[in-house]
Amino acid sequence: MKVPVKWLSDYVKINVPIREYTEAMTLSGSKVEGVEDMGKDIEKVVVGKIVSMEKHPDADKLRICKVDTGSEVLQIVTGAPNVKEGDYIPLALVGAKLPGGEIKPTKLRGVESYGMMCSIDELSLTKDYLPDAPDYGVYVFNGTPELGMDVKEALDLDKVVEFEITSNRPDCLSIIGLARETVATLGETFKIPEVKVKEEAGGDINDLITIEIKNPELCYRYAARVVEDVKIEPSPAWMQRRLAAAGMRPINNIVDITNYVMLEYGQPMHAFDLDQVQGKKIIVRTPYEGETIRTLDGQDRNLDSDMLLICDANRPIGVAGVMGGENSEITDKTKTILLESATFNGSSIRKTGKKMGLRSEASIRFEKGLDIENAIPALNRCAELIELLGAGKIVKGIADCNCKPYEKRIFIFEPERINSFLGTEIETAEMVRIFKSLEFEVDEKKMTLIPPSFRNDIVELADLCEEIARFYGYNKIKPSLLSGKESMQGRKTYKQSMEDVIRNAMIGCGLNEAYTLSFASPKVFDTLNLAKDHYLRNAVVISNPLGEDFSLMRTTTLPDMLKSLSTNYNRNNPEAALFELSYVYIPIEGEELADERETLTIGLYGGTSDFYELKGIMEELLEAMGIKEYEFRPEKEETCFHPGRTAKFFVRSKNKEMVYGGILGEVHPEVAENYECPDRTYVAVADVGVLIDASTTEKQYRQLPKFPAITRDLAVVVDAELYVSQMLDTIKQKGGEYLEEVNIFDVYKGAQVPDGMKSVAFSLSFRALDKTLKDEDVNIAMEKILKRLEKEFGAQRR
Amino acid sequence: MKQQLEAIQKQALDKLAQISEIRELEDLKVAYLGKKGKLTQILKGMGALSAEERPVIGQMANEVRNTLEESIANTRTRLVREERNKRLKNEVIDVTLPGKIRPIGKKHPLTLVLDEIKEIFLGMGYEIAEGPEIELDYNNFEALNIPKNHPARDTQDTFYISENVVLRTHTSPVQIRHMQNNKPPIRIICPGRVYRSDAVDATHSPVFHQVEGLVVDKGVTMGDLVGTLQAFAKSVFGKDTRVRLRPHHFPFTEPSAEVDVSCWGCGGTGCRICKGEGWVEILGAGMVHPNVLRECNIDPDIYSGFAFGMGVERITMGKFGIDDMRLLFENDIRFLRQF
Ligand SMILES: [Zn+2]
Repeated sequence: MKVPVKWLSDYVKINVPIREYTEAMTLSGSKVEGVEDMGKDIEKVVVGKIVSMEKHPDADKLRICKVDTGSEVLQIVTGAPNVKEGDYIPLALVGAKLPGGEIKPTKLRGVESYGMMCSIDELSLTKDYLPDAPDYGVYVFNGTPELGMDVKEALDLDKVVEFEITSNRPDCLSIIGLARETVATLGETFKIPEVKVKEEAGGDINDLITIEIKNPELCYRYAARVVEDVKIEPSPAWMQRRLAAAGMRPINNIVDITNYVMLEYGQPMHAFDLDQVQGKKIIVRTPYEGETIRTLDGQDRNLDSDMLLICDANRPIGVAGVMGGENSEITDKTKTILLESATFNGSSIRKTGKKMGLRSEASIRFEKGLDIENAIPALNRCAELIELLGAGKIVKGIADCNCKPYEKRIFIFEPERINSFLGTEIETAEMVRIFKSLEFEVDEKKMTLIPPSFRNDIVELADLCEEIARFYGYNKIKPSLLSGKESMQGRKTYKQSMEDVIRNAMIGCGLNEAYTLSFASPKVFDTLNLAKDHYLRNAVVISNPLGEDFSLMRTTTLPDMLKSLSTNYNRNNPEAALFELSYVYIPIEGEELADERETLTIGLYGGTSDFYELKGIMEELLEAMGIKEYEFRPEKEETCFHPGRTAKFFVRSKNKEMVYGGILGEVHPEVAENYECPDRTYVAVADVGVLIDASTTEKQYRQLPKFPAITRDLAVVVDAELYVSQMLDTIKQKGGEYLEEVNIFDVYKGAQVPDGMKSVAFSLSFRALDKTLKDEDVNIAMEKILKRLEKEFGAQRR
Repeated sequence: MKQQLEAIQKQALDKLAQISEIRELEDLKVAYLGKKGKLTQILKGMGALSAEERPVIGQMANEVRNTLEESIANTRTRLVREERNKRLKNEVIDVTLPGKIRPIGKKHPLTLVLDEIKEIFLGMGYEIAEGPEIELDYNNFEALNIPKNHPARDTQDTFYISENVVLRTHTSPVQIRHMQNNKPPIRIICPGRVYRSDAVDATHSPVFHQVEGLVVDKGVTMGDLVGTLQAFAKSVFGKDTRVRLRPHHFPFTEPSAEVDVSCWGCGGTGCRICKGEGWVEILGAGMVHPNVLRECNIDPDIYSGFAFGMGVERITMGKFGIDDMRLLFENDIRFLRQF
């Protein structure tokens, strides 16, 4: 809400500097977003009158003027083609400071000039504010302003304060509403508007119109006045300027007056051409089946059954609170006007406006619910202005259909409850002062409060507390720290501490944490090479996304990880190691909400990264989470991965089953290419919920060995395709009670190993807890192991 | 013979003095003291000596042997030291070159700030509550005193999944879920991802993070809210930080406030960070609206509470001087490694 300070000053005196004022208003709840000072760059520019004008002897386009400033007559040379003798113009005197610089005495083609006549550009003003200004050339005043007067005054240049008005205070979407807040904030008195309507047209409105509200749940009050002998013409400069300063474009006197009253009183008005209203009737109702209306903007509108219409005896002439109908529009030929001042059901207006895609200064006020008691004063103010501007003659009386007569709401005044809610010790007298300054009726005997009619937001104790807090001062409330309350212990849940474990393990492995957005494009499934029926393609769809590329809730974090890696690669970062802990969103058949699964994503390229480093990181993570039992199985089917360099891993869950924990591997070169990632890019995706379920923080000490170990090496030749992990499992199974550890120390293909075969070398360590082992003990175990490897895998000892 | 011995001793000592390598020393030792060495040879001729001369020469020969052995040992020590010094000299490296290690990774700045906020409130006895990001309209709006077609919905540009399901616009629905499943006293913070339909630019992202807090108990006052916010702000922004509340309106709190902290860049005199205001807005807060309590079956005549919420991106950017929100979600390693 833009408020020109001079307009505001019609209703309250502001006798503090503007900065102090805006700060005080902000701290009492009317947040100031900014102050525009229209004249801040203009100094020493006054009203002058051109008393004579002659051609410049040496320049065709220049003229030499004598300009009277009231106290002296100055010689000014001008190039402006639009001025003539007798014009009143803004004259920048020598020493004047303008946005373009300081004015100095000059010579133009040898003729001295002591100032400059100004265009609106040179004064930093716009045609919105001064619509009568020429497109090019010096501004010429309408009428005869006093010579020598500062143009800031002559042009009503004002400071305009912009307030942010919250949705609970539609009353503050008006000059008067903010004047009232100013009164309470500055401790000033409210200059109550005195409105006088002369009703010069006489007659009786009831002979001209009757009003009927058919849907009182949607229209609470409908009041109207009639204006005769209407003369449509531009409104006066002062009104145009105030409207422009408040951000509204001046149009003609009738439209301007209705807008002016809306800004001043917060009550939107609408004007119908009464000659177009058939049957001398206004009927407020919902549409009949199939009824349509052409609105002012020329559009034919279909109507829903719960939209509210303003109709005459036969047809709709307006959509209530949203837009008038074309059939009853005010035109240059309009002679008689019906002025509407009504209050509607806010959410109905909001719904209709939204559906029609129409939101206006009027509808945003209606939406929030207006003061039913404001309809008549606003209507009278409108009538008064019409008389004042000579725009027409007002017929006697008001047609008023009020379905919801205002009832005062009485609250019990409980100062001690207010204090105990706020944690303050404010004197009752101070509370009384605050409530009174807010126009509450306070009965100190009965201890009751009655809020003014425009404060529909006051509903219960908390609202009363807020009023006291606002004007006592939020920042005077003494801080306390829940003293006297039961003390509580804060601690992380198991899941939350495990997330810390995961993050710490990841950074310990040298990975840097990434954050990505949660959206996905429907295209990602193809760029990931996913099969047409892949389960990840089933995603939660956003009905109003920012664009197709952000239209799904992601079911996989892979695309975002690949994008992050690609960003690094394209910026020539030679290596990158990233992880992200976030969620994916899997729709559940028949449920409204999704299965939100926490996911750990790892991505690597460059440096030392390869499959085994990735696997090492995953093993380190499992170790950190206390997961002892896990298994990596080769994976060839996932089409976004390298078929020969990918594994899925499984962990032993709490209920003893091996459960899928995640996938890791080299990205398929085609997918890497799709994402502009390097050829060798490694990613892992783990289901954090599964890992946390399998994890433990329990730790148990095992005694350090007292007896020495015997180590043996074993090298065998096997089929090159054989997975070493299978042999490891067998060795562990058949190694006997003393086998303590098996490690692979070499896998070799090439010379001395037949084609299609590989040599695998294991190092085995045997130990007994209670004695020193003898070679024989170990020999038996080694024999068994070798036999088993021979039988199961055709292994040959090397 | 006596002269011979003296000559040998002198000769050997002279040679020793000139030796510069261990290998030469070994040779010399063999040449004089070995089985076929010069001293041994001389001693072999002792049989020709008289009985009186023998012990004298014998003793003298022993002395010479001892002297030589001692000298050889000393020379060995000298040589070892010389050789070591030589090696050390050859092994000089440039200690100003950078160190080598696989560096540990870095947590994301948002995580650092989230962790800090969590720590502060855990210390004040709060638990951390979580909830879904895809949420029922009821939990995100209606239970929070924002019915359908309420004007306040304008300020929350909401992503809809269906008429009844939204991407949560704040973490307040977690508060609703918590209040409906737990009895007061309640002290929780709710960190998490939230969504508003803002296009990505330097100061906006359609996905961002919030931490909200909720306290419900008997006799919770607005003073408790002010005190809590002050304690929090001093913890995060430094002990000299001042807090300023400005009255505002949120449908789910009454009274409501927007909360500023004195600028951490200039301390309140005005700078680029605070756009000359001296204050930076970081929080929204207020006393829980009685309708919200009622919706969660908590009697507002018995219990009261406060709630607050803050944007993590905004605090993170302020704290670290990050001037473009997009940096937080691009994951350029050169950015991430700075934290
Ligand atoms: Zn600052």
